[in-house]
Amino acid sequence: MSPQPHAPTRIAAPLPARAGVGLKPEHIDAILIEQPDVGFFEIHAENYMGDGGPPHRRLEAVRALYPLSLHGIGLSIGSPRPLDREHLMRLAALASRYEPGLFSEHLAWSTHDRGFLNDLLPLPYTEETLAVVCAHIDETQEALGQRMLLENPSTYVRFAESSIPETEFLAEIARRTGCGLLLDVNNVEVSATNHGFDAIAYLDAFPVEVVGEIHVAGYAEAEDEAGHRLLIDAHDSPVRAGVWALYERLVTHIGALPTLIEWDNETPDWPTLHAEARRADRLVAEVLASRKAEVFRHAV
Amino acid sequence: MPFEATINEFVEALTEPSRPTPAQTLGREGRPDARRFAVYRNNVAVGLIAALEMRYPVTRRLVGDAFFRAMARAFVAANKPGSPVLILYGAEFPAFVGTFEPAREIAYLPEVARLENAWVESYHSAEAVPLELSDLAAIDPERLGEIVFGFHPAVRLLRFAHPAASIWAAHQGPGEPVPPEGWRSEDALVARPHADVVVTILPPGGYDFAAALMAGDPIAEAASLLAGEGVDPGPHLVGLIEAGAVFGFR
Repeated sequence: MSPQPHAPTRIAAPLPARAGVGLKPEHIDAILIEQPDVGFFEIHAENYMGDGGPPHRRLEAVRALYPLSLHGIGLSIGSPRPLDREHLMRLAALASRYEPGLFSEHLAWSTHDRGFLNDLLPLPYTEETLAVVCAHIDETQEALGQRMLLENPSTYVRFAESSIPETEFLAEIARRTGCGLLLDVNNVEVSATNHGFDAIAYLDAFPVEVVGEIHVAGYAEAEDEAGHRLLIDAHDSPVRAGVWALYERLVTHIGALPTLIEWDNETPDWPTLHAEARRADRLVAEVLASRKAEVFRHAV
Repeated sequence: MPFEATINEFVEALTEPSRPTPAQTLGREGRPDARRFAVYRNNVAVGLIAALEMRYPVTRRLVGDAFFRAMARAFVAANKPGSPVLILYGAEFPAFVGTFEPAREIAYLPEVARLENAWVESYHSAEAVPLELSDLAAIDPERLGEIVFGFHPAVRLLRFAHPAASIWAAHQGPGEPVPPEGWRSEDALVARPHADVVVTILPPGGYDFAAALMAGDPIAEAASLLAGEGVDPGPHLVGLIEAGAVFGFR
């Protein structure tokens, strides 16, 4: 008895420089029937850490048709504690099984003595934390046998002891470990609003040459105790106009990259989600076309 | 403040809402801001409650959204996941429901929750090709009684004091649930013969027979449990194999 079916013929792993979406179980039937023109699908690694059953069967079917981005949410890279070796091995097994074009994780922590806290929690930016994060990324890249991307966080507080600007912190991590970065434009908008800095200045300072993927998403709004606007990285709504504007600016400067529409909560039906991905593709096509036209104008 | 100390303080404030906002965390005014820190507290609770809502949809339907959320919130406050793999989180929830005072009167509620947990465990279990009846043809009938079965990893066997499986079945799909015809105890087998999880209500004697086989008893020994009650073990044996519960034999 051979319970493990052979992997079906698969499309190549690399992600194209266009829009993809998060893979939601409720959309998989529509995706397998319609086989829509989407650049790639992204999964949260932890959702596929069961031993078998329908989730793996369906993911195999999707993977046969589309490149996959593997996005971890529970590795706790930004924790002072050692990485969970067992979890790292589970990630490596998943990566070797599905051959994702990319693996990404967060500049955040989530595990402590009390257990897994199920949120992407913030850390101070100091020489001490920089060394810890770099060691964790070295360990991860070694376990996975591939380069990873690290995502910039959205935060609601900053730390009194932080002494290094976030963009510099990320650039230094990439320089020391050779990892790439995942630039979440929604997180930039959220953090810029929450801490009162300029989102465009942040993008200008970001080490864009090592960015391998972009995320865009929707946020929710609240207010802090002082009455300041507080944006919450909720992934529960369409991408906001301000985030599209930052994305357009980014694409104008660095060109097209694999771009994920993140809509994880209050997930809409498949046509609505697909339309959001098409919007990103259209925006990139327009930016690149107008850039070409400009080059032409300057040339003649 | 050293990294470790900052994170320890953050965790304590996160998990014990009576604690003040950590002094190291600042808002735009350069001081701790309780509403900002509350976003993190809320994210932790909301995400874990959502995981329980997904795992226990019928339990939730039976008590209503608000009651379920309160019950889940109490569980989440005392039980953080042991691993980032949230598809494993909440296996202890049925036992918690059994001790949750406001739900005490709904005696079948922890049983329905136990079935839902078994369903999710079965859903995520390892792949295995179940044994078919024709595979037994190769066995010398004289030796059949000595056979010991190996069970499929997706199999779960459950015993209820109430018609929990019928109640669960009546709440599948969007229609108005019909109450069970007779109020009796029920035994259920959860299996995944092909791609999908299937729940079967076992006939009288089925639970003891299957439990003995799962414990490693040879067929003759398991069958003797039924013979004492005048029940023919044949249909039980066929039933288990047809449900895709058996994986192999020796």
